[in-house]
Amino acid sequence: MNKFTYHEPKSMGDVIDLLDSYGTRAMVIAGGTDLVLKMNERKCEPEHIVSLRSIPGLNEIKYDNGELRIGAMVRHRQINRSKPIRENFSLLADAADNLGSVQIRNLATIGGNICNAAPCADTAGPLMALDAVLLVEGPNGERNISIRNFFLGPNETSLTGSEVLKEIIISDLPQGACSCYIKYTRRKAMDLPLMGLGVVLVPDPSGKVCHEARVSLTLCAPVPIRATATEEYLTGKTFSDEVWKEAGTLAVGESTPRTSFRTTAAYRKRIISSLLPRAANEALRRLN
Amino acid sequence: MKISFQLNGESVTADVPDHITLLEMLREEFELIGVKEGCGQGECGSCTVLVDREAVNSCLMLAAFVNGKKVETIEGLAGAQGRLDPLQDAFVKHGAVQCGFCTPGMIMSAKALLDDNPCPDREQIKQGMAGNMCRCTGYIKIIEAIESVAKGGNSCG
Repeated sequence: MNKFTYHEPKSMGDVIDLLDSYGTRAMVIAGGTDLVLKMNERKCEPEHIVSLRSIPGLNEIKYDNGELRIGAMVRHRQINRSKPIRENFSLLADAADNLGSVQIRNLATIGGNICNAAPCADTAGPLMALDAVLLVEGPNGERNISIRNFFLGPNETSLTGSEVLKEIIISDLPQGACSCYIKYTRRKAMDLPLMGLGVVLVPDPSGKVCHEARVSLTLCAPVPIRATATEEYLTGKTFSDEVWKEAGTLAVGESTPRTSFRTTAAYRKRIISSLLPRAANEALRRLN
Repeated sequence: MKISFQLNGESVTADVPDHITLLEMLREEFELIGVKEGCGQGECGSCTVLVDREAVNSCLMLAAFVNGKKVETIEGLAGAQGRLDPLQDAFVKHGAVQCGFCTPGMIMSAKALLDDNPCPDREQIKQGMAGNMCRCTGYIKIIEAIESVAKGGNSCG
């Protein structure tokens, strides 16, 4: 690893001041599982590391008044263990359960996962489907960013130089909603996804008709996306294998996956069409 | 940078460069060479230690992160007069050690797993140990060793 100076400020104001004064020579560290790896491989050589570990309140999950607030320093293990998340936002727990190993989940934070903005980030797709809002703070104070406007490209976000993510805010899903995220991997553990698909379904009171649908796709474009045409198609449809099949085909049409060393674009498209029915059926199964 | 923490039950302080990892500090400052560097990328788990009783990859953690925390390594497991921890004993009895390089990490992960869930089933053991690689044993004996300790607990049905 390159030599750097480690800073552990006690307030967000001090974090922002440090980032402001060191500019591109400084980087924020959260859990460190991405950054330390990059520094070990000399892919990244910051002169200053600014840690968020001593900022009060960033490692808490709060759930009240129909709103879930996840601090940027919340580790994936905390998400695994959070009752409100497992009960009400199960697709986010699906993603957190399958990220890395126990050791990684004990270190890696949700804030780091999305700010690192790897196209394969496990929590990004679920947060897209949950319409998460990101509370960030910078030199000009706080602002909210919709997660849909957050990812600009691989490893690129709409955070400006000295802005820091503080909280991820998720509003309650409509009554009776269900959800599921599938991370498609070659191996059962310790693998990055070939693609990921998240669904949130809101059935009407009969339980048989789709009142609202949200579909997010990971690794199907340079950034995680929502399959809006698929969502539109599903709205008002009666749940059936044929409807899922058609939705899968539509989702393929909305995606532009690339061929990488992991797999081909054509294979990714085939996975999308078969994962959509699987995720939808699993989400509905969870209602019972 | 000065770092104060509890290491295997003792309060310690180290003055180390800002840019070193927990793994480097444990091996080089404290000569705890039971902590192994395998891949150095958080894939193999041979550097696993416990921080506040949770298993972590010490190769990915900055030393600075353990300031004020409790760190446990394989060296802290054995009791008085070198009496082995039940997990260490089980690994020996079940032949779960071959070359031995992964063993400290395996045992620390198993310890965290059983602390959290004293009666894991086979699937839960596999999931809990997914971040630890062994290139010798084929894992079966390791899983059996952990199962034997889990089953030895009073609370398991």
